[in-house]
Amino acid sequence: MSEATSQKIPVTVLTGYLGAGKTTLLNRILSENHGKKYAVIVNEFGEIGIDNDLIIGADEEVFEMNNGCICCTVRGDLVRIMDGLMKRKGKFDAIIVETTGLADPAPVAQTFFVDEDVQKNARLDAVVTVADAKWLSDRLKDAPEAKNQIAFADVIVLNKTDLVTKPELAEVEARIRGINPYAKLHRTERCSVALADVLDRGAFDLDRILDIEPDFLEADDHDHDHDHHHHHGHDHHHHDHGLKHYHDEDMQSLALKTDKPLDPNMFMPWLQNLVQVEGGKILRSKGILAFHDDDDRYVFQGVHMMLEGNHQRKWKEGEPRESRLVFIGRELPEKAIREGFESCIVS
Amino acid sequence: MKEFTPPPDSASIVSVTDRVKPVALGMAVTSVHFLGPRAAFVGGEENVAFVDSNGEISTVAVHSGGILSNASDGKRIVMGGDDGKVVSLDAKGEVTLLATDPKRRWIDAVALHADGAFAWSAGKTATVKSGKNEEKSLDVPSTVGGLAFAPKGLRLAIAHYNGATLWFPNMEGSAEFLPWAGSHHAVTFSPDNKFLVTAMHEPALHGWRLADNRHMRMTGYPGRVRSMSWSAGGKGLATSGADTVIIWPFGSKDGPMGKEPAMLAPLQARVSVVACHPKNDILAAGYSDGTVLMVRLEDGAEILVRRNGTPPVAALAWNAKGTLLAFADENGDGGLLEL
Repeated sequence: MSEATSQKIPVTVLTGYLGAGKTTLLNRILSENHGKKYAVIVNEFGEIGIDNDLIIGADEEVFEMNNGCICCTVRGDLVRIMDGLMKRKGKFDAIIVETTGLADPAPVAQTFFVDEDVQKNARLDAVVTVADAKWLSDRLKDAPEAKNQIAFADVIVLNKTDLVTKPELAEVEARIRGINPYAKLHRTERCSVALADVLDRGAFDLDRILDIEPDFLEADDHDHDHDHHHHHGHDHHHHDHGLKHYHDEDMQSLALKTDKPLDPNMFMPWLQNLVQVEGGKILRSKGILAFHDDDDRYVFQGVHMMLEGNHQRKWKEGEPRESRLVFIGRELPEKAIREGFESCIVS
Repeated sequence: MKEFTPPPDSASIVSVTDRVKPVALGMAVTSVHFLGPRAAFVGGEENVAFVDSNGEISTVAVHSGGILSNASDGKRIVMGGDDGKVVSLDAKGEVTLLATDPKRRWIDAVALHADGAFAWSAGKTATVKSGKNEEKSLDVPSTVGGLAFAPKGLRLAIAHYNGATLWFPNMEGSAEFLPWAGSHHAVTFSPDNKFLVTAMHEPALHGWRLADNRHMRMTGYPGRVRSMSWSAGGKGLATSGADTVIIWPFGSKDGPMGKEPAMLAPLQARVSVVACHPKNDILAAGYSDGTVLMVRLEDGAEILVRRNGTPPVAALAWNAKGTLLAFADENGDGGLLEL
């Protein structure tokens, strides 16, 4: 399983609202001396011009699958481009898909789950979202696309941090965390982030789901300084010490946890049903599960209504057999989800 | 022959594997056509390899990059590449540049008309060049998935999202849209010009009876249909995508409406490519495990041409007389069979 996965070509999806710095990051990736060749699928030919790499123009054409599932949309152009690229296997090591600033990452991700031929040859590595430290807070208010991109991200490159004050940075980070506390967040100027932090993340690889913990930057601890308090008046949201909470955000994450074993015969149908019914609202989901009478860790992850899961490995000696789930989505019915989850616990 | 009952041991299937002349092309192959006496194997990128009856290989460079699409009329192969070029290759091995996309976009689809006209697409635009006439272009609502010329008249079918468009390039305002939800890729006219069939992104074919645009849904495939071939006389459409060759009946005026397809040559592998014999009711089928079979349409009798054990068969073609069969797998390991 793992071996087959590693032979597939990794695909990094690069998103970010207009002007956040996607092209800067892309050029940085391509120009670094990594000895690798990339096939880059861009929505506009522009300032990218690196020899040795394949640059392909795409027209973000999204269509609904004819399977009665309305949120099951895929990028038809990607299917076609992947087909074409597979004729040049061996000419590149990885694929980067850059989306337009207004794109919803879901159809891109779903293309890699739904299409048989694409799945045979390539694997989604991670969704990397570039965010503009100065303007993201505003965009989160007026642009649902920006919110989607943050919610969907495995890695967030918070760029242009040199253009904001410390309290402004804390504010925008808190807003990001309010939506998606699980993405790895990197603060950058001109997208100067280590390639290892954005490439080969294995974010969709079941074998690499190690834990499900919010991502806290070590720097966070130093942020509670005077500046921070001066600007209290600027945000209209209540927050407690440490991580701010934006309860007014319609896009949020919901974490569930129990140290009691789950009944797989209850849990699996509940989860299936949940994503069937609420899949339109749930953008991403992920879980590590401890089932009753089962010495293996079970892991799953999902995009909207699509789920994939598998036994991952044996629980280690001394490792707490906890189940953890996280859902990131819009207007999640928290009470119903919590109650449903509780009912799957073996009492 | 009718009384002959094959023994249950499949190893004793009638075999002609010892009569196949092996061909090691040493390049990834996507399709094959006969140009005159030679088989022309189209590579995944850059080259076409001619193979003569002695098994001699000579390679011709046609594109500087991936070869995305190709079509042949037996006299030449027209190809589209990711270098934005449309080129043709004739039986002598001469390459002619037919067109270049001004923005160097991928040439996703090509089609070739019996009278020499050809068509290609880049993005949403389909373009036709017919004889000395100037190029005519049509934009469809989304990226073109496939192109095919009608057997009669200068009429082009353009497959795209949510349907197909029929267009007479020499008639202003003649584009006619045939709707059907979903993404349509390859497209083909029945040889009698009565039906249009598309292979969809989902594992299904869709058809329209052109007289009244009635829909024909052809579903039940486990995988996407990537190869379609009309039987001699156009009575059946043989297709890949399942673990048997699926042949839809098109002999009557209703086509396959309300009918079951024939299912021939079942194996424990997916059919990857089909090629019907040009004259007789025989077809050749290539499978995902590298097997090649010849199959009689009447009773499904099989002859083994190539044993399994290698990558999927990607290329399969008969010469015009039906006396030679050429095949190759994805990695370019192929063969020629003289009948």
